[in-house]
Amino acid sequence: MARTAYLLGRGAGASRIVRFSGGSGKFRAEDPHVPAVTSAGACDTAVDRVIPARGPTQAGPPAKERPVSDKVVAELHEPTPSVGDGGPDMIQLLTPEGQRVSHPDYDKYVADLTADELRSFYRDLVLIRRLDAEGYALQRQGELGLWPSLLGQEAAQVGSGRALKPHDFVFPTYREHGVGFVRGMDPQSSLQLFRGVSQGGWDPAEHNFHLYTIVIGAQALHATGYAMGVRMDGNVGTGDPDRDTAVICYFGDGASSQGDVNEAFVYAASFDAPVVFFCQNNQWAISEPVEKQTRIPLFQRARGFGFPGVRVDGNDILATYAVTQHCLDEARNGNGPLLIEAYTYRMGAHTTADDPTKYRVSAEVEEWKFRDPILRLKSYLAHEGMADESYFTAVDEEADRFAAELREGCVTMKTMPGETMWDHIYAEEHPVMEAERAAYLAYKASFEEAN
Amino acid sequence: MALEKVTLGKSITNGLRKAMEADPKVVLIGEDIGKLGGVFRITEGLQKDFGEERVIDSPLAESGIVGTAVGMALRGYRPVCEIQFDGFVYPAFDQIVSQVAKMRARSLGAIKIPMVIRIPFGGGIGSPEHHSESPEAYFAHTAGLRVVACSNPEDAHWMIRQAVACDDPVIFFEPKRRYHDRAEYDTAAASAPRGLFEANVIRHGSDVTLVGYGPVVKTMVESAAAAEAEGTSIEVIDLRSLSPLPIDTIVASVRKTGRLVVVHEASSFLGMASEISAQVTEQCFYELEAPVIRVNGANIPYPPSRMEEEFLPDLDRILDGVDRALAY
Repeated sequence: MARTAYLLGRGAGASRIVRFSGGSGKFRAEDPHVPAVTSAGACDTAVDRVIPARGPTQAGPPAKERPVSDKVVAELHEPTPSVGDGGPDMIQLLTPEGQRVSHPDYDKYVADLTADELRSFYRDLVLIRRLDAEGYALQRQGELGLWPSLLGQEAAQVGSGRALKPHDFVFPTYREHGVGFVRGMDPQSSLQLFRGVSQGGWDPAEHNFHLYTIVIGAQALHATGYAMGVRMDGNVGTGDPDRDTAVICYFGDGASSQGDVNEAFVYAASFDAPVVFFCQNNQWAISEPVEKQTRIPLFQRARGFGFPGVRVDGNDILATYAVTQHCLDEARNGNGPLLIEAYTYRMGAHTTADDPTKYRVSAEVEEWKFRDPILRLKSYLAHEGMADESYFTAVDEEADRFAAELREGCVTMKTMPGETMWDHIYAEEHPVMEAERAAYLAYKASFEEAN
Repeated sequence: MALEKVTLGKSITNGLRKAMEADPKVVLIGEDIGKLGGVFRITEGLQKDFGEERVIDSPLAESGIVGTAVGMALRGYRPVCEIQFDGFVYPAFDQIVSQVAKMRARSLGAIKIPMVIRIPFGGGIGSPEHHSESPEAYFAHTAGLRVVACSNPEDAHWMIRQAVACDDPVIFFEPKRRYHDRAEYDTAAASAPRGLFEANVIRHGSDVTLVGYGPVVKTMVESAAAAEAEGTSIEVIDLRSLSPLPIDTIVASVRKTGRLVVVHEASSFLGMASEISAQVTEQCFYELEAPVIRVNGANIPYPPSRMEEEFLPDLDRILDGVDRALAY
């Protein structure tokens, strides 16, 4: 099949249309310099479903739309959209080729974006891809014990992360390095857990970005409880943009099977919690495809819990930004919870301990390379004349400096002395901590005395 | 001074009320704790007085109770969770052991998780399975948690207030078959008679030390009285805190008596008595006149209720343990 695409050759300076024979290109998704090769028409941009917009909360909880049972049953018999283009329900504002497509409900959320802001989106995407590439390399060099890659999910993370306000609160999994980055976290923060110098090591209140959670889905309940607290504080539906607060909870397609995620859906619905559940459906939970987790598209799960769900093209930063903005606004206005399914793809392995060649075919990965989130924004920026090669080169050079700092910071990261293991376990004095620390120090000192 | 005779259950109710009056950030969450006041009526009247936002009837999911409470704690609240029965805490096990216990340390001390998880525990009420268990060792084994068990009304009142005020997560075990026991104490006292993590020597003696907590404390006192009639002087220690373990109080007593019997309803294998036995052996090796004796539940799943009296430590089994300690 012939594919049409905008191609941005290194140094070419301008976009042009080329013909490409699909699947045979030597495309490396992790390299933002290589030509964009995308599939025309791979994503159906027809959209007939949006989240019903609801106004700010009046007295009492908002009225819930009750699903009609025969309709629900009918929908259950619809074929599950295959792993591929995301189906007709998927919100998209930027095609894989980088063409802007209009959407009546979501255009307004990106209408005011300036060229500067769009370029900064691009910069964020490139920098976090570089962060990820460095994380991967540092693990291979023995500097990190493990690295969970976000390759391919950059737009889902930057788009949603940039939609947040500073006073909103984020509950990440262990893969949201990109969200942390756009929240202003020190990029080293993501590395310290995987280098093994701490089990987290940051103050969540500093950037309203909670600690990574490794037990799959456990953070969904924390996010829900936090959002219940936001509501108890009265910081929902006041109309004051500096006060109304949303909580966003990240998780993946695998986590959608977890009890805690499903309990979180129930609690969030019961208490009208201002939380947006942001599911990055990257199609794979280590080796298990999403079909192992669900019979229906994940965003439709929300309906069974009584709140809106929407599927967005997770490789489209504009759509992700727009849909997340809309949902966060809804949550802040008291119309939460909501579920966003960001339809994306895990281009790399689950972590550096994984070998995806054992369970998935390379053709699938090749197919997703045509939907690369960075190249489509690059094509758009170039085509619209909002950025030229000198800008892209400058970002690449910044990424080189960023990577060098990251590596330097990682390899010079200090391991804390052994006696600090007993610190911070308890907030109040604890005799066992004191006694064991003292015994450890005495034991260590005994070697020095012997020497 | 206001001497009143109050049940253990109502003492917890009153303690929760005081805690809620003292700090508007204290919220209660659990199943049926609102209008019903909980299946044991411990939260009776609190929702009426403090509202549905502070006394929260939760959906029927225990991991949800604890997990959302973690989120509330992160938002600055002091949640008090009610787990309806001991055997229903396990769905929340990950949240308690992997999230609640470790979160502060993972933040290098930046955050605290001040929450209480109340669990009615122990047998003797003729209930079907999963309603009579003693899961305290699981939690006492987990660093990052504090674990306490009350045994009498005055302690129950003060300990719940102290637990709510504690900046660390506290697992709070309530002896459900003692909920209706009454005792007279000064309900208007200005301060607690002792710290939350201290043991209490409730009867002094010279021949044998008895240590236990929760529902068996009353049985230990009755055993000591019976033994006294036979000429044996027993010191009885209400442990109160399971983690941290107030081992110094036990060690001081054993150095005096030379004999120790540890009583609890939980199965003996790797139970609290095993840890106490190990620590006492380490610290009192030369003072011990006999091995530490354990009078505990059998190492079986909790039996059907019509057999539970055969499982639970009673006066005779405790005195048999005392006799075995004295036989050396």
